[in-house]
Amino acid sequence: MGERVGIEVSLAAAEAVKMANVDVIAAYPITPQTHIVEHLSELVADGELDAEFIPVESEHSAMSVCCGSSAVGARTFTCTSSQGLALMNEIVFIAASLRLPIVMILANRSMSGPLSIWNDHTDVMSIRDCGWIQVFTENGQEVFDHVMFAFRVAESASVSLPIIINLDGFVLTHVIEPIEFWDDETVKKYLPDFKPVNQLHPDNPVTMGAFGLPSIFTEAKKAQNEALIQAKPEILKAWKEMGDLVGRHYQPVETYHAEGSETVFLTMGSFGETVSVAVDELRNQGKSVGQIKLRLWRPFPFDEFREAVRGIKRIIVLDRAVSFGGPGGPVASEIRSVLYQEENMPTITNFLCGFAGRDVTAQDYIAMYEQAEQMAQGRVRQEDYIIYGVRE
Amino acid sequence: MEQFNVYAARLVTKKEYFTPGHRACQGCAEALAVRMVAKALGKNVVVASATGCMEIVSSPLPFTNWAVPWIHVAFENAAAVASGAEAGTKALVRKGKLPDKGTVFLGMGGDGATTDIGLQALSGAWERGHDFVYVCYDNEAYMNTGIQRSSSTPFGASTTTSPAGKVTPGQVTWKKNMAAIAIAHNIPYVATACSSYPLDLIQKVKKAASIKGPAYVHVLSVCPTGWRLPTEKAIWIGRLAVETGVFPLYEYENGKYRMTYDVPELRPVIDYLKPQGRFRHLTPELIQSIQERVTEEYNKLKAKTAL
Repeated sequence: MGERVGIEVSLAAAEAVKMANVDVIAAYPITPQTHIVEHLSELVADGELDAEFIPVESEHSAMSVCCGSSAVGARTFTCTSSQGLALMNEIVFIAASLRLPIVMILANRSMSGPLSIWNDHTDVMSIRDCGWIQVFTENGQEVFDHVMFAFRVAESASVSLPIIINLDGFVLTHVIEPIEFWDDETVKKYLPDFKPVNQLHPDNPVTMGAFGLPSIFTEAKKAQNEALIQAKPEILKAWKEMGDLVGRHYQPVETYHAEGSETVFLTMGSFGETVSVAVDELRNQGKSVGQIKLRLWRPFPFDEFREAVRGIKRIIVLDRAVSFGGPGGPVASEIRSVLYQEENMPTITNFLCGFAGRDVTAQDYIAMYEQAEQMAQGRVRQEDYIIYGVRE
Repeated sequence: MEQFNVYAARLVTKKEYFTPGHRACQGCAEALAVRMVAKALGKNVVVASATGCMEIVSSPLPFTNWAVPWIHVAFENAAAVASGAEAGTKALVRKGKLPDKGTVFLGMGGDGATTDIGLQALSGAWERGHDFVYVCYDNEAYMNTGIQRSSSTPFGASTTTSPAGKVTPGQVTWKKNMAAIAIAHNIPYVATACSSYPLDLIQKVKKAASIKGPAYVHVLSVCPTGWRLPTEKAIWIGRLAVETGVFPLYEYENGKYRMTYDVPELRPVIDYLKPQGRFRHLTPELIQSIQERVTEEYNKLKAKTAL
């Protein structure tokens, strides 16, 4: 196994991309993604990574360049945040329908306005339905591991879809953590060379991106949806083999003291670790509390999720984005929808918190739990959602 | 020049890479230009097309008119997609994953995709110095969506968003000089062409492909539908655009300008404007101001070629 090093998570992510022997990187700078692409351009400048680093003039062109390079069969990486994602939005959707296995790290940051560079999940939730495989990471090690995972899954012939790795801006990108690097041998074993299903090459001309008349569009969309759903076996296999190789076992839905608990917190991303601290504290107080972490966001892991919440009475869903004028946070509304037909559907309590880097501490989660308890006991009204921590 | 045309026509390949059966309008000189460009480049090419007429007419799923590798992603990014294809192939060749075939990368789009919405992506690709050819098929408006004005629509032309009304005489701005913008990027090769001069067009595209670095060819592509012109007049009106000096044919290579079809004496612009329905409403005063502008621009260009 590889070496364990203390390193900033962004630099580790870039090192992982280097170890994956990427061919093309196209990126435009945006905080807090910058350290990742800066380090990649250093690696290219120093000859440590043999790749084309394309310093494009916008994120829209970043994703467009990625489409071109992935279409000719080059292993392709990009990285962005927030407004950058919004600018490339149009092409993000097209990349999925073209079945181009681009890997993107999304350093999650709030969407303007007001302008903010800090972390929440409003960016990724804006492209929820873009057709990419989407995973969330909780710490630097998970980011490193998931770079390898992403290239492997995206490029596998049965999947051929782009992947987004979500990591929280600043709270993850800019912290130094002990991270176990993979050795070259392990990378070689885990990640085969990219052999594209279709490739733009004069020896075998293909047409990519033809337009769809109404007579064929529905079928094309159904096929695309099937492709994303059918990616799951490959996703599970890639996690299983990674577990065998490096000893870290990832699941679409991960749990912490969830089984047999009356209440669980549902988290995505870096908040998970703080919530675990709160769960420990509450359990010490004798409360029946656990935690469920959603790692795989698309394709949504319906079976694993329903299994994980079986017997649970209340789910406290933490959302880090607002659906303005809608039913609360985007995660909670999905969870409600996923569980609606279930017998003994748990009560969903939805807290919207941690916008634009606002700290949410273990004490806050304990307070949320107590508030949820009061609702359960009927002492306060059950709200559809609560925006937590608003300064009055 | 005319004699040269007679003989050289036999040398043009009979092979079609932009095949018959596409759905372009009758008399579409843009489709003709695309066909000539495809002939010029042959089969060792990767094409990135912008959204627009030529994309729509040639790729209704599950059919295609492209006998060469072809990709369409979106409206404003053909240059970025082409630069990605070029960079990806370059990396794969350098790393020994693909043999070096000397493939040409072509970005193509209409005037809207090039001079308006895709200008930033194109400027970025030029500035980064990718080895690719970009061809703009300029039919002087957004024809695919129904003849709306673009920045490449000429002064006085009536379009569906610059209609000739009681107060305004159609388009009130002068056509954006895209070739000059290309030249300002210091790229090694820029040319103007027109499908009414197919051999000149083919020659320029071949030269653009042979040159290392970015090359740009701006092709006036007559659109009978949008120009309000009988379909059989498309080639004829393209020649008049050149002979009146409205659209001079020239090339710019490594800092030097050269007229490729030097008109000894320009015909009056009215000869070009009169047959077209889009200019039907122009008053003698407006035609006069167009004439003055055309003469002035033509003389400026001529002065550059004399340097």
